[in-house]
Amino acid sequence: MTGDGPLPIVSNADIVAVRQQVRTAAVESGFSLIDQTKVVTAASELARNALVYAGGGQVRIEVVENARRRGLRLEFHDEGPGIPDVEQALTDGWTTGSGLGLGLSGSRRLVDEFDLDSVPGKGTTVTVTKWAR
Amino acid sequence: MPVSTVPFIQEPPLTVQADAARRRIEELLRAEEELILPRWHAIAKAPADELREIYLALLSGFQEGEDLTEVRGALAELSRSRARQGHTPSDTARAVFGLKEAVYETVERDGTAEALLGFTWFSRLIDDLGLFTFESYASAREKIILDQAEQLLELSTPVVKLWDGIVAVPLVGTLDSARTQVVMEKLLQTLVDNGAEHAVIDITGVPAVDTQVAQHLLKTVFAARLMGAECVISGIRPQIAHTIVTLGIEFGDIVTKASLADALAYMLRRRGIEISQAERPRIAVRTEHR
Repeated sequence: MTGDGPLPIVSNADIVAVRQQVRTAAVESGFSLIDQTKVVTAASELARNALVYAGGGQVRIEVVENARRRGLRLEFHDEGPGIPDVEQALTDGWTTGSGLGLGLSGSRRLVDEFDLDSVPGKGTTVTVTKWAR
Repeated sequence: MPVSTVPFIQEPPLTVQADAARRRIEELLRAEEELILPRWHAIAKAPADELREIYLALLSGFQEGEDLTEVRGALAELSRSRARQGHTPSDTARAVFGLKEAVYETVERDGTAEALLGFTWFSRLIDDLGLFTFESYASAREKIILDQAEQLLELSTPVVKLWDGIVAVPLVGTLDSARTQVVMEKLLQTLVDNGAEHAVIDITGVPAVDTQVAQHLLKTVFAARLMGAECVISGIRPQIAHTIVTLGIEFGDIVTKASLADALAYMLRRRGIEISQAERPRIAVRTEHR
């Protein structure tokens, strides 16, 4: 899984592939069923964001380890229009599209570490980490 | 004599030569058919009648100034029939390339300069035709995949009748926009056809419920409601419940149940149907064979 290079996100089928890869990695890292589902759902949200709002992007899936436990780090990167107001984008119910407005804020709650780096006009990178319990 | 004039002198004879070379190959193919065809058959390991058809199409194609439409048609047919028998596209292409070997033996025996020169041209032609079988194999595959995707869309969304007035949609797999559309249409149509007022959407087989899936589900439920039907969503497993709560999705006043059985029991109660357990004890008979 690690070192396989980033997975492209250019179509709906790729979102399914991302979900499957993340689930496999989560199972291998010893995630509980609930944590597997959470990280897979977060991956699904973030991958769809990259596709819908940036026209596509890529994700790097990494198994990480610290002294005590193993985890999964997902780095979503796109070269879309970027997010002008990050604070607002992370508000529940806020959407510029037609969704529920919970994808970004909800994914933040689904994972342990959430890092959003966006430059308007350049693109967005969202890095999330979920640790196995 | 200036060197630059050399090509001008040589060029016309070259084309004439090339023409002669092609003609020589054509003549050989026609004259030695009885030798080449069995040899090709032995090399290619493909049905003799199909090879003969391609061979004859090739000959008549040459006669009409290298019109290879018929050959391509025959090759596409060969490619299809061999794919059906489980041969790989490489096998089929190799079978076509086998004609080069069969013809080369004849060219060698002929030994004329024209035939040897013509063989270069012939071999390039056969390479193209071999690649063509590959292409037609790929496009045939593509068509099968497209057809299957469509069939899957239809197959994977059955609407089943659970009881008089109660229908259920067991959802399995990924719920994208296209599938939700099919599910919604089918469910609404079934509600009308069966005069059903209650529907259960079972998501036991949906591996992950993200905001998009949830939104699709909500829309389906609201659409059913507009038609006067009540929907229950069942098959919410612990991990799904956990994720939905963390994501912050609200199902509002939509009734959800853990299992399809719970949903059916709820619906039956709503319809005023009572199920009572029979008082008579049931006796199970078991026989053992020694």
